Amino acid sequence: MARLSGLQRDVLSLYRKCLREIRKKPTESRPNFKAHARAEFQKHLSVNKKDFSAVEYLLRKGHRQLEMYASPGIRNIR
Amino acid sequence: MASLRTTSRLFAASRPMFRPAFARTYATVEPTPSENPKMKTFKVYRWNPDQPSEKPQMQSYDLDLNKTGPMMLDALIRIKNELDPTLTFRRSCREGICGSCAMNIDGVNTLACLCRIPTDTKSESRIYPLPHTYVVKDLVPDLTHFYKQYKSIKPYLQRDTPTEDGLEFRQSPEDRKKLDGLYECILCACCSTSCPSYWWNSEEYLGPAILLQSFRWLADSRDEKTAERKAALDNSMSVYRCHTILNCTRTCPKGLNPGRAIAEIKKMLAV
Repeated sequence: MARLSGLQRDVLSLYRKCLREIRKKPTESRPNFKAHARAEFQKHLSVNKKDFSAVEYLLRKGHRQLEMYASPGIRNIR
Repeated sequence: MASLRTTSRLFAASRPMFRPAFARTYATVEPTPSENPKMKTFKVYRWNPDQPSEKPQMQSYDLDLNKTGPMMLDALIRIKNELDPTLTFRRSCREGICGSCAMNIDGVNTLACLCRIPTDTKSESRIYPLPHTYVVKDLVPDLTHFYKQYKSIKPYLQRDTPTEDGLEFRQSPEDRKKLDGLYECILCACCSTSCPSYWWNSEEYLGPAILLQSFRWLADSRDEKTAERKAALDNSMSVYRCHTILNCTRTCPKGLNPGRAIAEIKKMLAV
């Protein structure tokens, strides 16, 4: 695999954080959370990897969303 | 008590009769047919988070000042109502008491509702969101970090001992006077976002607005945790990143003096 830029590693680490948080959710709703996380990332596949401001904005937004969905009160997602 | 309750219910039932028949609107000047319209150009920062790959841009709007209210907020509301409903900004009280409409107008951080539209129609007015903040959309800044810092200074009365008579915590008029010029702060973040020191160290430096609030609680005669509050501030980053640039005092739309409050904190920490 090609060497990744710092920004690309940040994106991957956000995805890993999402997957880790999903493991804390009830077993039956995990596939839903996983599908949601994947869809959120896939939505922006077309963003140019050199468009730093856009990627950084999406990272911030992603972290915010993760923080929200990670709260134990949220059990399922559709 | 029962009779009191019935009267209040009666009053509540009768209240809809007094409700005015007209819908509430914002203050705008009556449209008068004018022969010589005073057209002014407003350049507004636009950025849409739904298209993150598109760059932010300045959009121009032309308004006739004869038909617009006197304040910048009136102009923005009119642009949103009549020219471009997609323009996004925060506003609430329209009288400088909520701090929602803080933005950078012609290079100065201020509240749009307290800023008069310059009557010079030849030059354009440029409106940006607060500088060095993450933008949520158009003129809306992300103030999450600012509010987190505010929370970190415990902005509430901390006290363990009750009063002798079990009533309110009372204060002498002299002690109350010490809070004048501090309690009026509405946390609009104009000062913090105008401070170069805060631009570069916003993670650790608290910024003028939060330090003003810190001093408000340090100066409160009823608060008993002054020592703890001072200990929390006594490090190289929280207070001492203030280099008395005094942009905060210059920009404050409420006319307060955060620079002086920070100096007072430094004095308290020094002795």
